[in-house]
Amino acid sequence: MAKTIQAPLPGTFYRASAPGEPPFKLEGDAVAVGDTVGLIEVMKSFTPVVAEEAGMLITFHVENEDAVMAGQPLYDLA
Amino acid sequence: MAVSTIFIANRGEIAVRVIRAARELGLRTVQAVSAADGDMLAARLADAVAPIGPAHATKSYLNKEAVVRAALESGCDAVHPGYGFLSENADFARMVEEAGLVFIGPKPETIRQMGDKARARQEAQAAGVPTVPGTEGVVADFDIAKAEATRIGYPVMIKAAAGGGGRGIRVARDEAELATLFPQASGEARAAFGDGGLYLERFIGRARHIEVQVLGDGKRAVHLFERECSLQRRRQKVWEEAPAACLSEEQRAVLCASAVRLAERVGYRGAGTLEYLFDDETGEFFFIEMNTRIQVEHPVTEMVTGVDLVRAMIRIAMGEPLALAQEDIALRGHAIEARICAEDPAADFRPSPGTVAALTLPGGFGVRFDTLLYAGYSVPPFYDSLLGKLIAHDESRAAAIARLDRALGELVVEGLPTTAPLHRALAADPAVQSGKVHTRWLEEWLAAAPLAAPSAASASIPVTAA
Repeated sequence: MAKTIQAPLPGTFYRASAPGEPPFKLEGDAVAVGDTVGLIEVMKSFTPVVAEEAGMLITFHVENEDAVMAGQPLYDLA
Repeated sequence: MAVSTIFIANRGEIAVRVIRAARELGLRTVQAVSAADGDMLAARLADAVAPIGPAHATKSYLNKEAVVRAALESGCDAVHPGYGFLSENADFARMVEEAGLVFIGPKPETIRQMGDKARARQEAQAAGVPTVPGTEGVVADFDIAKAEATRIGYPVMIKAAAGGGGRGIRVARDEAELATLFPQASGEARAAFGDGGLYLERFIGRARHIEVQVLGDGKRAVHLFERECSLQRRRQKVWEEAPAACLSEEQRAVLCASAVRLAERVGYRGAGTLEYLFDDETGEFFFIEMNTRIQVEHPVTEMVTGVDLVRAMIRIAMGEPLALAQEDIALRGHAIEARICAEDPAADFRPSPGTVAALTLPGGFGVRFDTLLYAGYSVPPFYDSLLGKLIAHDESRAAAIARLDRALGELVVEGLPTTAPLHRALAADPAVQSGKVHTRWLEEWLAAAPLAAPSAASASIPVTAA
């Protein structure tokens, strides 16, 4: 059963560490506890989105560079 | 060039500042807004708003095509770029001019020339403005490095030509250290950047950041004295003053005259700032770069000179000659600006966007607060954390500090933490009061005695000085 992971804080969501770098995680990738799944930029300060649960990443709900609100769905794990 | 409507290609407090100046000149304003900024104060104050794209700045405030298109479609005839974003982008300035609009700032070629550090340094040297002593280009080998270091004077900084952002930098205090560090640095630079090229520069351990404000009309330039911005955290200015109290009258005259020479040499148009490092121990100053825009800390200069810099830059852009002669500009008193940011100083300056539940603004004689805040406003997380600039002006530096502290005590921002407690602690600190600071002072001070944790809504409660 899929579990939806929410944004821990508001800001801009990034799927990679820098433009041109490969994404931290692709859809279908395994996610372990402690893995970085993305970054959220809040007022020019970057906070990693770190997985607190393991599973397989099924889908992202937001695109790279999308604005996210705290609590907004980020990705689904199965 | 007749201008009737200005497009504000920026956001936050500087957008408010430009709208106010435009309105006083009888000009209309159209405010650019990203999808996150429809409710901001500048959008409420402007005569009209123009959407320019999504929240993310690269898709809105940094999107040159979208900004120029919105300016044209909203019937504007001039563009004010504010600071940050596209304000020092020569391509943007050129696009604005090619679209038949007035760019409120320098000529595009001046932005390009002064934005290139090497070219700016050459221009400074040609204008007789001292620059940080260093090698011209890459040093071929250790023998040349040894000779150059003797000429430059120790301590010297060894920098990787291909480096950047502070990477690959070493400091040698004497020739023995240079002999050890030079080959090391070269090897590391080759490994890290694929290029072992190194150059040398004088290392100034205890520098003050001093900058000179200039206005030019393309032919003639004047200075509006200097500011000191040595209190910085992570290379961000935190607290700024005008004038720089550490300078003698003679040093001030020499410094400011050097800035006018460089501004006139490059035919500078508009408001600009020349940044210098000032070595307290030797009394030497060195030009480092020019900012070809209005700066965040411009109000302290306005307070001590009585000159409205934003109004002046608009008038110059409209084709008017400089209205001021150098002898018209005098220093009166001392002004200090405290940057009030949405950051929690008790939690390592964690950014803290949120909604302003209630707001009490400071006021009274000699107090100015340039801010984007209003009660009920939700500060978005997408842009920088500056909420406002609290400026105190008084007869002397000591009086200005006391007035700033008094005004900080009146400021209450409920709903999000701000850096106001940091400024109260600084105002109470003996080193700040005596002006014995340098560009690394604030970080050392914070590391030695982190600020006590006030609660989020207690910006008005005095913080015990550390």
